[in-house]
Amino acid sequence: MSTALASMFATARHAGRPVFMPFMTAGIPDQDSSPAVFEQLAADGADAFELGIPYSDPLMDGPVIQAASARALDGGMTFLGGLELAGRVAGSTGKPVIVMTYVNPILQAGPDAFAAEAAALGIAGVIIADVPFEESADIQAALAGHGIGMALFAAPTTDEQRLRAIAEAQPSFIYAVADLGVTGRRQETSRHLEGLVRRIRAVTSVPIVLGVGISTPAQAETAAAIADGVIVGSALVAEVLEEGAPRSGAAFAAAVHGTAR
Amino acid sequence: MSDTSFPDATGRFGPFGGRYAPETLMAALAELEAAFRQAWADPVFVSEYHRWLREFVGRPSPLYEAVGLSEALGIRILLKREDLNHTGAHKINNTVGQGLLAKRMGKPRIIAETGAGQHGVASATAAAALDLECAVYMGAKDMERQGLNVVRMQLLGTEVIPVTSGAGTLKDAVSEAMRDWVGSVASTHYVIGSVVGPHPFPLMVREFQKIIGEELSEQLGDVKPDVIVACVGGGSNAMGIFYPFLDSDIDLVGVEAAGKGIETGKHGASLGHGTPGVLHGARTYMLQDDQGQVHEAHSISAGLDYPGVGPEHAYFQDAGLARYESVTDREAVEAFHLLSRIEGIIPALETAHAIAWLQREAPALAGKTVVVNLSGRGDKDVQEVVGLSSDPGL
Ligand SMILES: Cc1ncc(COP(=O)(O)O)c(C=O)c1O
Repeated sequence: MSTALASMFATARHAGRPVFMPFMTAGIPDQDSSPAVFEQLAADGADAFELGIPYSDPLMDGPVIQAASARALDGGMTFLGGLELAGRVAGSTGKPVIVMTYVNPILQAGPDAFAAEAAALGIAGVIIADVPFEESADIQAALAGHGIGMALFAAPTTDEQRLRAIAEAQPSFIYAVADLGVTGRRQETSRHLEGLVRRIRAVTSVPIVLGVGISTPAQAETAAAIADGVIVGSALVAEVLEEGAPRSGAAFAAAVHGTAR
Repeated sequence: MSDTSFPDATGRFGPFGGRYAPETLMAALAELEAAFRQAWADPVFVSEYHRWLREFVGRPSPLYEAVGLSEALGIRILLKREDLNHTGAHKINNTVGQGLLAKRMGKPRIIAETGAGQHGVASATAAAALDLECAVYMGAKDMERQGLNVVRMQLLGTEVIPVTSGAGTLKDAVSEAMRDWVGSVASTHYVIGSVVGPHPFPLMVREFQKIIGEELSEQLGDVKPDVIVACVGGGSNAMGIFYPFLDSDIDLVGVEAAGKGIETGKHGASLGHGTPGVLHGARTYMLQDDQGQVHEAHSISAGLDYPGVGPEHAYFQDAGLARYESVTDREAVEAFHLLSRIEGIIPALETAHAIAWLQREAPALAGKTVVVNLSGRGDKDVQEVVGLSSDPGL
């Protein structure tokens, strides 16, 4: 378990102040301006980042993040380039950076070589969209060997027995998928949110971060009231794609931190 | 010796396969595996499946002695006529099975991906016959080159949803169908069209397609073929005909798409020229760069235009249980014409790849007996091929 993530969640719980963790694709709006996007989100109040490494086949992602991945790859962003950017953002903002990727690039590098590289760059954690706990042991062990944390997912469709198995694998945090479906903007707050968090809390004290389909400050506020952290992705990514910068970072931060008026 | 007890409990065929899926789908995959295993052990379900194959699909499909082609190539050639199935390809063996399973699981809606459109048509047909709602994802490029099948699906009451991401081909259609499933999993069954995807799909599709090889085994009687050959996209028609013969000493040959030529990089030969990685939920051979980004495949045949392949074929290749060759677009089109003229059978462009391999290897195969899985008929490809005869780029 990464100490950076452990202490971030411990502090957050102690202060009763959930973590705001924006998701942002590496390499948008273009390679040169990408670091500034993360730096602005840090200034807006981000406590940590989920940095999305663009992938050719983003199975778990809806149209906005697919478009962001395609634009980043077209602009020359690569898997290794994404890791380097993560290291740079960790250095310039001082915030933990958790890298979101699909499993294939990790397998190509080799889990241990990947973990060593990520550790050298100062990456705090890893989220792998297509790795359920059954397939996670080798990678999680390699990461742990280099002091890097790994998140595991829980979804509205995950039953009690799986939740227990996920908790027993001791992830750095549980990424609770707030809604059925791939990443993307939603009009309505998911009706699964509260039940899922309650069911996870019943089996473990591992920190819970809610993500997927949280796309308005009001939805973020609802999520923050029950979770240890909130991930906002497509809403902010869409702003960067359309306007070159995330406009609502501060509004989401305030909503999550409970300082919105 | 082969190990036909694969996959193991984790869905692995040796080091291949597995279940690399988003957490949201894990419950559905477990439910599907349980439902399939239970149904496949239930004589009532199995006899219902066989009744549909007999009365609706028209099985058994004939084994045909291709005298003209045999003479032309100097090989004894037998054709397993999957092109004579209802809807014109082997794909319907699987969609009838999965359609019946969807009903048994109480799912009112099915979704499917399609490349050539044959699996889409077979899914739409099963859905119409079994009173299921159906949506099919199809790459925009494939909708253009397989226009006839788009109209067929629509006539059958299926919604065809164009996929414009990536190259607009089969890989992108699979991804989009999976994304639909992540959101619709409670009411929807995903009828995957080949022996690909996360466990239990490769197992289940193999079981629904192995009827091809089982029938062949009976039809052969005392005839002992030296070679069985089939084209390989995802690998379902090849798996269906190979699987019952794994323990024999028959040479099992899968033919992949060499596209514009292996050396150009524009091909679909994931077994022959790919490397191991994870695509669409399973570890298998695939086309990718050194950092693990997936490469686009290329083939004139939409059904072979896929950068991955079923994990059990990956295992067969490494274990030496089957071998995998490839032929180019140009060779496939030549074989398409050859079979049409000599045998009066217009094959699908996918299937033409298997014929093309025979044509190329004829000197080495002289005097031998070869069974070809004639996986589908070529009506859907007629326009494409006629347009190509004047294409200097081919
Ligand atoms: C007639 C025919 N043969 C072969 C294929 C390739 O698929 P598979 O390798 O799963 O048999 C297709 C796919 O569309 C097809 O339509």
